Amino acid sequence: MPVASEAEVLLDEEQTDATLKDLARQLLEREPDPAELLLVGIRRRGVELAERLATEVEAQGGVAIPTGSLDITLYRDDFGQIGPKPVIGSTELPVEITGLHVVIVDDVLHTGRTTRAALNELSDFGRPRKIELCTLVDRGGRELPIQPDYLGCRFEVAPGEEIAVSVPSIDGELSVRRVPVERKK
Amino acid sequence: MTANTTNGGADGLGLGKDLTGLQQLTCEQIEGILDTAEPFKEISERRIKKVPVLRGKTIVNLFLEPSTRTRISFEFAEKRLSADTVNIASSGSSVEKGESLVDTARNLEAMRIDMVVIRHGSSGAAQFLADRIPSNVINAGDGQHEHPTQALLDLLTIRDRLGSIAGRRVCIVGDVRHSRVARSDIWGLMRCGAEVAVCGPKTLIPMGIEELGVTVLSRVEEAIEWAEVLYVLRLQLERMDAGFVPSLREYNRFFGVSRERLERAPGDIVVLHPGPMNRGVEIDSDVADGPWSLILPQVTNGVAVRMAVLYLLAGGSPERAESAKEARE
Repeated sequence: MPVASEAEVLLDEEQTDATLKDLARQLLEREPDPAELLLVGIRRRGVELAERLATEVEAQGGVAIPTGSLDITLYRDDFGQIGPKPVIGSTELPVEITGLHVVIVDDVLHTGRTTRAALNELSDFGRPRKIELCTLVDRGGRELPIQPDYLGCRFEVAPGEEIAVSVPSIDGELSVRRVPVERKK
Repeated sequence: MTANTTNGGADGLGLGKDLTGLQQLTCEQIEGILDTAEPFKEISERRIKKVPVLRGKTIVNLFLEPSTRTRISFEFAEKRLSADTVNIASSGSSVEKGESLVDTARNLEAMRIDMVVIRHGSSGAAQFLADRIPSNVINAGDGQHEHPTQALLDLLTIRDRLGSIAGRRVCIVGDVRHSRVARSDIWGLMRCGAEVAVCGPKTLIPMGIEELGVTVLSRVEEAIEWAEVLYVLRLQLERMDAGFVPSLREYNRFFGVSRERLERAPGDIVVLHPGPMNRGVEIDSDVADGPWSLILPQVTNGVAVRMAVLYLLAGGSPERAESAKEARE
């Protein structure tokens, strides 16, 4: 875990939580029928964010919405360069996605390639009515024409730095920090 | 590996370029392959049973000995990872005209392939090939040497059912002497900390096997009393002609795994078999189709394990992996 002195806290637990509440509010504003929502988190940290968002949507809108998870490892476009990674998470979609309003949830939007892979993987499972993208942080640096539909906040990142989102189930805390690249968990 | 290592070492498990046997693998590597197989199980349950990860890779299935299950299992695994595949059998190919293994492989290389899955009647054929071509080589059974992907699927099936491999008592029953499956299973089970016994007619138990730490049980009743997992080997019918067993009926009477025998087991026991079965010889139908049998789960796991092995070996070069790490999101 990055040492506090080297990592700049951009959002603490309270601020991150407030940002998630705001994202849930945006989701409810734009989807008149929340019963048709499915939040799909991208492994690993997007999964817990999707679950937290679903809890918020239920608290604010009174509707329980399902969540799923997507491991995009097998859909990456750089397999030939980075090689296999031995631990692949599972993709779990609790409901048939055809006809639903699917929202992909990820922690950080950077090149857009992860989102591209997620779109390809989702289309192998069915044909949702609509797919949208929700990210907690946009750090810029896009390599594909992909933009978030719901955005928590935008942060600039200097060369050699990146954004680290921590979630309780993996990192023991909820926060957004700017960290040196080598320090990424 | 002498040939070259352009495809090796980037899998995170250090498997290298090829998979020729389990003897040279560590417990961590074996368990790592099984862990990798887990998410691949789910892909075969999808409506569209395909992921794009090996798109553009060309894989040759060079099966110079008869095989249905293993060849089809590899082919499904390859196709579900989006690889392009070509099957070569000895009949109808230039192998029949007397072309040597190396020449066949070099000609395939000249057509720019990425991986070879080889089944061959001679022990050591897979390693021989692996040392001579830059493509990844996966051993799908070589003579009496090893059949690593079979043992991996057996280990996965045991782990699925019993929760672990370490400490489990597994007895292999039958023609251990001529069986590459038994050899790979013994290596894999021992590496992963299982207790291993073998049981069969003296003529079919290799001499000195106790030195590996394997217990020899002479009666199948003892095996059933001792084991949590009974691994029943196929009795190859040609063994009878060669005089290793007097008759199939007698083999069945002394070593056949029957319902009556299993019902006397003191605890829970499961039965595995690598197929194809000789019903009524080494295994009775009541057992093969009964509650003890994990034979069909073995077949299902075979596809997932082979997907994992293909995925792990097909990775990029270590240098590229290193340089691309920074670019990773």
